[in-house]
Amino acid sequence: MDKLYRVGQSPHIRTKETIESVMYDVVIALLPTLLVAIYFFGMKALYMTLVAVISAMLAEYVSLKLMKREITIFDGSAIITGMLFAFISPVTLPYPYIIIGSVVSIVIGKMVFGGLGHNVFNPALLGRVFLMASWPALLTRYVNVDGSAGATTLDYLKKGKDLMEVFGHNVYLDMFIGKMAGSMGETSALALLIGGLYLIYKKHIDWKMPVTIISAVFILALIFGQNPFYHILSGGLFIGAFFMATDMVTTPYTTSGKIIFGLGVACITMLIRLKGSYPEGVAFSILIMNGVTSLINKYTKPKKFGEVKSNE
Amino acid sequence: MKLFSFKGGIHPPENKDLTENLKIEDFKIPKEICIPLLQHIGVVLEPLVKVGDRVKKGQKIGDSSGFLSSPVHSSVSGVVKKIEVRPFPVSGRVNTVIIENDYEEEIFEYPKYKEYEKLTKDELLKIVREMGIVGQGGATFPTHIKLNPPKDKKIDVLLINGAECEPYLNADNRLMLEQTEKVVKGIDIFRHILGVQRVVIGIEENKEEAIHKMKEEASKYGMEIAVLKTKYPQGGEKQLIKAVLDREVPSGKLPSEVGVVVQNTATALSVYEAVIEGKPVIEKVLTVSGLGVKTPKNLRVRIGTQFKEILDYVEIDREKTEKLVMGGPMMGLAQHSEEVPVIKGTSGILALTKKEMNPYKSRACITCGKCVDACPMNLSPLMYAKLARFQEWKEMDKYDLLDCIECGSCSFVCPANRPLTEGIKIGKAKLRAMKR
Repeated sequence: MDKLYRVGQSPHIRTKETIESVMYDVVIALLPTLLVAIYFFGMKALYMTLVAVISAMLAEYVSLKLMKREITIFDGSAIITGMLFAFISPVTLPYPYIIIGSVVSIVIGKMVFGGLGHNVFNPALLGRVFLMASWPALLTRYVNVDGSAGATTLDYLKKGKDLMEVFGHNVYLDMFIGKMAGSMGETSALALLIGGLYLIYKKHIDWKMPVTIISAVFILALIFGQNPFYHILSGGLFIGAFFMATDMVTTPYTTSGKIIFGLGVACITMLIRLKGSYPEGVAFSILIMNGVTSLINKYTKPKKFGEVKSNE
Repeated sequence: MKLFSFKGGIHPPENKDLTENLKIEDFKIPKEICIPLLQHIGVVLEPLVKVGDRVKKGQKIGDSSGFLSSPVHSSVSGVVKKIEVRPFPVSGRVNTVIIENDYEEEIFEYPKYKEYEKLTKDELLKIVREMGIVGQGGATFPTHIKLNPPKDKKIDVLLINGAECEPYLNADNRLMLEQTEKVVKGIDIFRHILGVQRVVIGIEENKEEAIHKMKEEASKYGMEIAVLKTKYPQGGEKQLIKAVLDREVPSGKLPSEVGVVVQNTATALSVYEAVIEGKPVIEKVLTVSGLGVKTPKNLRVRIGTQFKEILDYVEIDREKTEKLVMGGPMMGLAQHSEEVPVIKGTSGILALTKKEMNPYKSRACITCGKCVDACPMNLSPLMYAKLARFQEWKEMDKYDLLDCIECGSCSFVCPANRPLTEGIKIGKAKLRAMKR
């Protein structure tokens, strides 16, 4: 008999892009931040990241095994979660806690929801908040780049101190390149910006999300009489804006939804920063907004083509 | 230069270079011709011949009194050998007239009208119908119906689709290049039938030579050329109207609603041949391409030629070929076997290999929204795969399922390779059944 060809619905060709290629692009985008962290905080930053990544992958492996699913630990998503979790932790965090946080991120943050694509909350942020609730003191033990322990700029702000007075020199530039106390991957706005621009260039994220968040925080700071530059350059705002709020799985897919999500994140962040008992609010605000993502999607359905009056 | 475009769409690898500079070749006339009695959207035709009859080239061999129908003609002279149900490239099997070619090429004569301006609209429409002209972009909608929009819709623009936005295909491109005069004259016949002044011919930017030649010829008739951005699905009727005229066809309506009739360039050539040369639709220019064939070509083929003969000629590698497709890779129809004939809607035959198809195991949706960005109809395709899985047909309707034009852009861009277009096609069928 003559050859029978494969049939199936059109289209018969597809993009070269895969889940893996998208995920590894995000990993690439996180590399500048890793390098800056190693530069400022030493090799400990690299080891911490490796521990977080390996424990995230192992946690995913075990979960998939138990769920009798195909093992997909190399699709890049666990690597991203591990990296992000390490980046939002202070470099002083002892290894056992990194492992706990990473495992919680993967197991509670992702696998219990059904794995990649099904989770409601950003896994890395969930891991971070879990540690924050369990061992709050560990999560705020920041070190300055010279190794001395110290408060973050947001702590100073909260105490109503003028940063110029505290540091004795213009701190904007330090804050922008990451020469300051804070979680290891949060401090360098520059490195995060480079990674973010790469993702925008690759069309994996929409520029409207980070731009909405950062500009809304800037404007809110102005309204409340705060220095807007301190607010956008400090804390986890850049990593949140470029890498957490743009997480495909847990944030809206519609354009107007992204803007609403971004505004929500900015407002809640400022509310926590100005009125809450935590110095930082980005993690909470993104998690809270994650919870309403599906609702936002539902009410921001794009206007379909042809939704115009007909001449009848 | 201003490039006309629309929102959404994708840029699949074009692969037009395989055949874009190859002149249209006349393919050998086969010994046996199979003419399915269905080459238009509508009902199956009644055969007008019986086994043993001798037919001439161009003789009408099937017709129907149904409203949405268009007759078929013999593409050779010879003897009717069989009339039986045979595999059909669009779907399933259809009653087919099999004719043995006697190679005498004895022609069935039809009147020729050099001075078409002297004919009335109705006379011209009658010729268009009798000669079996259907939309050759692939949809095969009977042209005489499309050229006769409801009286209450005032048509002020005739828009010609020369976009040919599907990858690989070059048939329209070559026709515009090699038969420029005839194509433009065919367009003028359309204009005459519709009684409109303004004619715009949309051609994608990547067909530089065709744009040049068409511009030269069309300017003699006062027709405009709109150079379109190379983007899929630029040739989608609604996208084309939006891009060129900035008019939005309302959901569920036809282009006539916004005063436009869209016709394809290949159809224009058919109209020219029908009116001026008295020739019915018995040939089809198509591109045979894909990495599964050794010598890709643009061929002029008699309708009813089996794919197998054409594929042998271009030296298909049957081992390497994974999918055999009639039409373009985005909207074409996958064929089980080579035992199907060329019909009026065949714009190409593609032998696709794994390498160019890029198969990837379907994974979970990560709601990246790339499908939403790509959708030219501004829908949310990612919802369809999800809802289809849970058989939520009514919910799919809320997401404007019936507005989908099935262009496949969403499936193409999906990094998780979700079965988006499949979910949509099933959903549409279920919804339509429920609404009946």
